[in-house]
Amino acid sequence: MANVLEAVNINKYFTDPVSFHVLKDISFTIKKGEFVSIMGKSGCGKSTLLYILSTMDTDYTGDLYLSGEKLTGKSSTELSAVRNSEIGFIFQFHYLLPEFTILQNVMLPALKLARKSTSQIKQDAMQKLELLGIGDQANKLASRISGGQKQRVAIARALINEPTIIMADEPTGNLDSKNSENVFNILRKLSHEQHLSLLVVTHDHDFAEKTDRIITMEDGRII
Amino acid sequence: MNWPVILSISKTHLLSRVKQSVIAALGVTFGIGTFIILVSFMTGLNQLLDNLILDRTPHVHIYNEIKPSEQQPVELMEGFAGDINIFHSVKPKQNQERIHNALPILDYLRHDPRVRGVTPQVKAQVFYVAGSIKLNGIINGVDIMEEVRLFNIGDYIVKGEPQNLARNDNGILLGAGIAKKMSLDVGDKLQITTATGDLFQLKVVGLYQSGLAEIDNVQSYTNLKTAQRILGEGNNYITDINVKLHNIEEAVPMSEEIREQYNLTAVDINTANAQFETGTTIRNIITYAVSITLLIVAGFGIYNILNMMIYEKMNDIAILKATGFSGRDVKMIFISQAMLIGVVGGVVGLIFGYFISVLIDHTPFETEALPTIKTFPVNFNPAYYLIGIVFAVVSTFLAGYLPARRAEHIDPVEIIRGQ
Repeated sequence: MANVLEAVNINKYFTDPVSFHVLKDISFTIKKGEFVSIMGKSGCGKSTLLYILSTMDTDYTGDLYLSGEKLTGKSSTELSAVRNSEIGFIFQFHYLLPEFTILQNVMLPALKLARKSTSQIKQDAMQKLELLGIGDQANKLASRISGGQKQRVAIARALINEPTIIMADEPTGNLDSKNSENVFNILRKLSHEQHLSLLVVTHDHDFAEKTDRIITMEDGRII
Repeated sequence: MNWPVILSISKTHLLSRVKQSVIAALGVTFGIGTFIILVSFMTGLNQLLDNLILDRTPHVHIYNEIKPSEQQPVELMEGFAGDINIFHSVKPKQNQERIHNALPILDYLRHDPRVRGVTPQVKAQVFYVAGSIKLNGIINGVDIMEEVRLFNIGDYIVKGEPQNLARNDNGILLGAGIAKKMSLDVGDKLQITTATGDLFQLKVVGLYQSGLAEIDNVQSYTNLKTAQRILGEGNNYITDINVKLHNIEEAVPMSEEIREQYNLTAVDINTANAQFETGTTIRNIITYAVSITLLIVAGFGIYNILNMMIYEKMNDIAILKATGFSGRDVKMIFISQAMLIGVVGGVVGLIFGYFISVLIDHTPFETEALPTIKTFPVNFNPAYYLIGIVFAVVSTFLAGYLPARRAEHIDPVEIIRGQ
């Protein structure tokens, strides 16, 4: 199967407060439909790697390809467009815009993309929310729902533009075991049924065990 | 750039903090409103004062000045010309007070395309007789209907009508000060004597009040013919010619022409009222300085509020950027918020300013000195409203631009990591 994401010799240094080599010659690929988790101790650089892969951090050396297209060296506006249409991102702290309704939160990236009409986007967003079992909450403000629900909204938002890959940073990090289980099942289902590629950074051993492949990191290297 | 999305985000931001947005907008409203009130009131006052002078003052005033000859005869004499000649006890040149050949000059000026109108005047020195008391006075013989048309004398006739004078050969428009001193009113009879002792009886047909006591205590108006009769002169006896032009700018060249051509004294309005212009300019400068200060203060208010808002919205900015909004989009979200505050605040400010101006315009303001003024003068010039809204938009744009540019450059990774 085709490579969705390819990282070649990625190196990153922190210079502040002291020079520190965070990522050392990271190279790996993710294939279409693969569910990959990255594990490692705190401070081994796995989050840093994820920010580079998600194109938000551009301060690195090496090459990054998404669906065969080189991302390294593109302008920040071009990268914004790539993030918008190709990458879905789920944060540890289910970052939602608190003043917007759940439906609006899910719709925003699609409205930015403007590939479909507003009514169509609304329909899509409702469908994603139904899929995640929170369709009845659609018109509540994002600040008025529980943590588990928030995380599901974040997943719906990551899905709205039908991206090639979804990246998640500790998506179950601050959820209880029941909600963790729930989120995992949703992600599993997406990868099986829709052949979505998934890349998840996690601490959670049980979670990682159930994915297709585990990439373990230590001191900035893949082992 | 996807404007509907950006505007809907900024709308949500503004509406979710109604109190803060309203306070920011009120800053602009107050600044623009005060600007409108100040400018309307100040320029209204300026205009009033200008008109007070400009309406009454001829653009060119022609008369024969009594003065010594510039060249004494001995300087023209061969043998002395060029020498240093010293004169003592120089007397004014023997000259008639009337304008020589006044009627042809009047005719010539009336046919000049630059001229809107010309009025001849006869000034006569008289005494108003009240029993054994004689009061000093000046009678101006005028063509009253032309004076009304060109110099708005009608505004200063506080009792009676100018037509009454035009119809009555023995009528007089008496200065309000004299009328009061002599206890005279419209319809009463008045006796005057001339310097040569001739006695005339005139009928008071109206009262004239310029607002300047010095004038009102001395000056009266009669018809041209009446004044000529009082002086015992014919109808070609004219002492002053007042010219009103279509374009006030031509007053200076025209007065020069007349001086050259007729060897008469011709004073243009700019020379006669030089100090007045200065006052107007300074008042305008003060008005603008105060208004601009107010608007700058309002601008700082917006800058502060937006700056604070961006601090609060760091997370939102990071999310927007992570989900594919570019730095430019984020910048536009915040600039559009500033502009919305500016436009809404500005428009409300214009309305607020307009209503207060209307209120001022209807406030009674009666003063002895300005008989034509009943309420405070206000200038409703649409140009000031245009300046106001443009300044509101420009200043809020500048106030929003700096914080918005900071938001543009926020690194989402730093925010997400920091959590």
